[in-house]
Amino acid sequence: MHLKYESQLREPLVDGDKDYHQVTEDIVRPIEAKPTRLWYIGFYIAAALLLFGVYSVYREVTYGIGQWNLNKTVGWGWDITNFVWWVGIGHAGTLISAILLLFRQGWRTGVNRAAEAMTIFAVMCAGQFPIFHMGRVWMAFFVLPYPNTRGPLWVNFNSPLLWDVFAISTYFTVSLLFWYSGLLPDFATVRDRAFTKLRKRLYGIASFGWTGSTKHWQRHESLSLVLAGLSTPLVLSVHTIVSFDFATSVIPGWHTTIFPPYFVAGAVFSGFAMVQTLMIIVRKVFQMDDYITLGHIEAMNKVIVLTGSIVGVAYLTELFMGWYSQNKYEGYTFWYSRAYLFSPYGWSYWGMMACNVISPQIFWFRKMRRNLFVTFFMSIIVNIGMWFERFVIIVTSLYRDYLPSSWSVYYSPTIWEIGFYAGTFGLFFVCFFLFAKYFPVIAIAEIKYVLKTSGENYKSKVGHIEEQPLEAFVHEHAHHH
Amino acid sequence: MAKKKFVVGCFNDEAVLFPAVKKVRTSGYKIQDVYTPFPVHGLDHALGMRETSLHTAGFIYGITGTTTALSCISWIFTKDWPLNIGGKPNFALPAWIPITFELTVLFAAVGMVLTFCYLCQLAPFVKKHHFHARATDDLFVMVIECTDKTNTEELTAFLSANGAVETDVQFVEEGWWIGRYDKDEMPFENKQIAAA
Repeated sequence: MHLKYESQLREPLVDGDKDYHQVTEDIVRPIEAKPTRLWYIGFYIAAALLLFGVYSVYREVTYGIGQWNLNKTVGWGWDITNFVWWVGIGHAGTLISAILLLFRQGWRTGVNRAAEAMTIFAVMCAGQFPIFHMGRVWMAFFVLPYPNTRGPLWVNFNSPLLWDVFAISTYFTVSLLFWYSGLLPDFATVRDRAFTKLRKRLYGIASFGWTGSTKHWQRHESLSLVLAGLSTPLVLSVHTIVSFDFATSVIPGWHTTIFPPYFVAGAVFSGFAMVQTLMIIVRKVFQMDDYITLGHIEAMNKVIVLTGSIVGVAYLTELFMGWYSQNKYEGYTFWYSRAYLFSPYGWSYWGMMACNVISPQIFWFRKMRRNLFVTFFMSIIVNIGMWFERFVIIVTSLYRDYLPSSWSVYYSPTIWEIGFYAGTFGLFFVCFFLFAKYFPVIAIAEIKYVLKTSGENYKSKVGHIEEQPLEAFVHEHAHHH
Repeated sequence: MAKKKFVVGCFNDEAVLFPAVKKVRTSGYKIQDVYTPFPVHGLDHALGMRETSLHTAGFIYGITGTTTALSCISWIFTKDWPLNIGGKPNFALPAWIPITFELTVLFAAVGMVLTFCYLCQLAPFVKKHHFHARATDDLFVMVIECTDKTNTEELTAFLSANGAVETDVQFVEEGWWIGRYDKDEMPFENKQIAAA
C-alpha cells in the first residue's frame, strides 16, 4: 500500500462529511432535478441576446460591412477587440486543466470541468468575429489551404492571420477533445444512476459505453497527461500568435516585442476573472460550496493579482519604451493617444489602468481574496478592463495614422456592432446554461480521486500523525512499502 | 459470442481491494478486470498489467504532423507556386514554425484520442455489459473468469472473507455491441427527486 497522507496545514479541497456516493449525489443532483426559475430566466435572457446577435449578423451579411462604423483608418474596431477578448477568456480553462495538472495543483479538480467548458464556448464566440469580418462570409473557406481550381492559389503561410486560423482551430479541437475525454467516465456515472429511459439512452450514447475498467483508466490517465502536456505549449502559442497579428506589423503601438508574454498574461488574467464570475454563480445556484471552496476562490484570486501585475508592468514598459526609443510616432501613440487623459480615447486608457492594474491590488489582502462579494465585483471589473485593453491597443493605434487628413473621424460602434457582441454573450451563456443543466459541472471521478487525501472528514483523521515524533511516524509507516 | 461465467466481488474501499487483489491472484484465480469509479493509483500494477504505449503513439502522430506541415508548405511555396513576398526567400522556415507547431499538436491530440477510443472500444452507441451499476459510483468491482474447474461457492466465500461487500455469479457475453442502455436496471428508479 502506498502512503496516503496530506498535511492538515493544507486547506481541505472538499468540505463536509463525504463518501464516494455522496460526491456522486451532490454533483449529479442539478442534472436530475428540475431546473429552477432562476435557470429559466437566465436561459431566456441569454437566448434573447443570441437572437439579437443573429439579427445583427444577418444585417451585416446582407447589407455588407458598412453596417458597422469601421472606416479607412480604423479597419479593426469592436469586432477584433471582441475576438481577442473572447480568445483571452478561453485561456484560463486550459491553464487550469492543463498547466495546473502538470504542476500537480490539487485545487484544480473543483473547477476544471466548468473552466474547460468556458474555454470551448469562449473560443466559439471568438471565432465568429474574424469570420464575419471577412464580409463575404460565404467565401470563408478560402482561408483553408486546399487544392483548388484557381491555380491552385494557396494561402499565405507567412502571414500571422493564417497562423491564427491554424492556432484557433487547433485550440478549439484540442480543448474539445480534452474536455470530452474527461467527461466520458462522468457521463457513465450519470447513465448508470439514471431513472428514466430517455436519460439512460442519451447518457448511454454520450458515455461511449464507458465501464471503468482498470486498463481503460490506465490509458485514460496517460491520455490526460499527454493532452495536458500538449495543451500547455498550445495555450501559450495561441495568444502569442494572436499578438503576432499586431506585433509583426509596423503600426506604432503594435510593433512591440513584448506583446507575446504580455498578451498571454492578460489572457490568463481575464480568463480567471471569467472563471470567478461563473464559479461564484455555480456554487450559489447549485449549492456546490463544499466543492468550490473559499480556498479555490482564494487560489484563483492569487493568480489574478499576479497576472494583473504582470500586465501592469507591461503597460509601464510600453510607456517607457515610447519615450526611450525617441521615435516620435511611438511617442505620439503612447504619450498622447493613450496616456493623455484628454485625448479623444484617453478615457479608455485610464479605464484600462484603473480596472486592470490599480483595482486588483486589493487582492494582496487575504480578507479580500476570500470575500465572495469583492471577488464577484472584481471579476466583472477585470473583464471590463481587459476589454478596454484590447480596444486601446486596436483603436488608439489606428485612429490617427500617418496621414493627418484622415484623422478627423471619431470611431464609435453602430447598434449592429454592439448587437453582434451582445449576441456572442447570448451564445456563451446559452451554452453555459445548457452545460450547467445537462453536464456534471464538477469532475466527479477527479473529486473521488482526491477525496481521501484532501477531504475535510478524512483529513481530520490524520491529525494525530502530525503530532507524533518523526521516529514513531517512520516506524508506523515504513514497513508498508 | 459465447456466454462465459464470471464471479463478481464488490469492494467499497480501495484499502481493502488491494490486499484482496493480491490474495486472489496468488491463489491462482485469473482476474478478468476490476471496474472502478475513478483511477485507482497502482491498481494496474497490482493486476500485473503492462504500461500503456499510448504516449508513444502520440509521439508518432505528433512527428507525422510536423512532417506533414513542413513538407506541404515547403512544396507549395518553393515548387508549386513560389510567391515573391517582398523579395524574401521562398523557403521561409522561421515563418512556418507557428503552423508546424499547431499541426504537430493537432495530429498528436486527434490521433491519440482516436487510438484511445479504438483500444478501449469506446464509441457512441456502443454498449457493454455492466457487472454492477454502482461500479461508476462507489464500488470497486472485481470480476474473475471461471474455468471448468472453478468452484464458484468456494470462490465467493473466499472473496467475502477478503472483504467483498457483495458477491455474485453471472453468465454474460463479453465484448461490446451496438445497443441502448434503456433496458438496463435502474437502481434509483424510485428515488425521490429533490427540488434543486
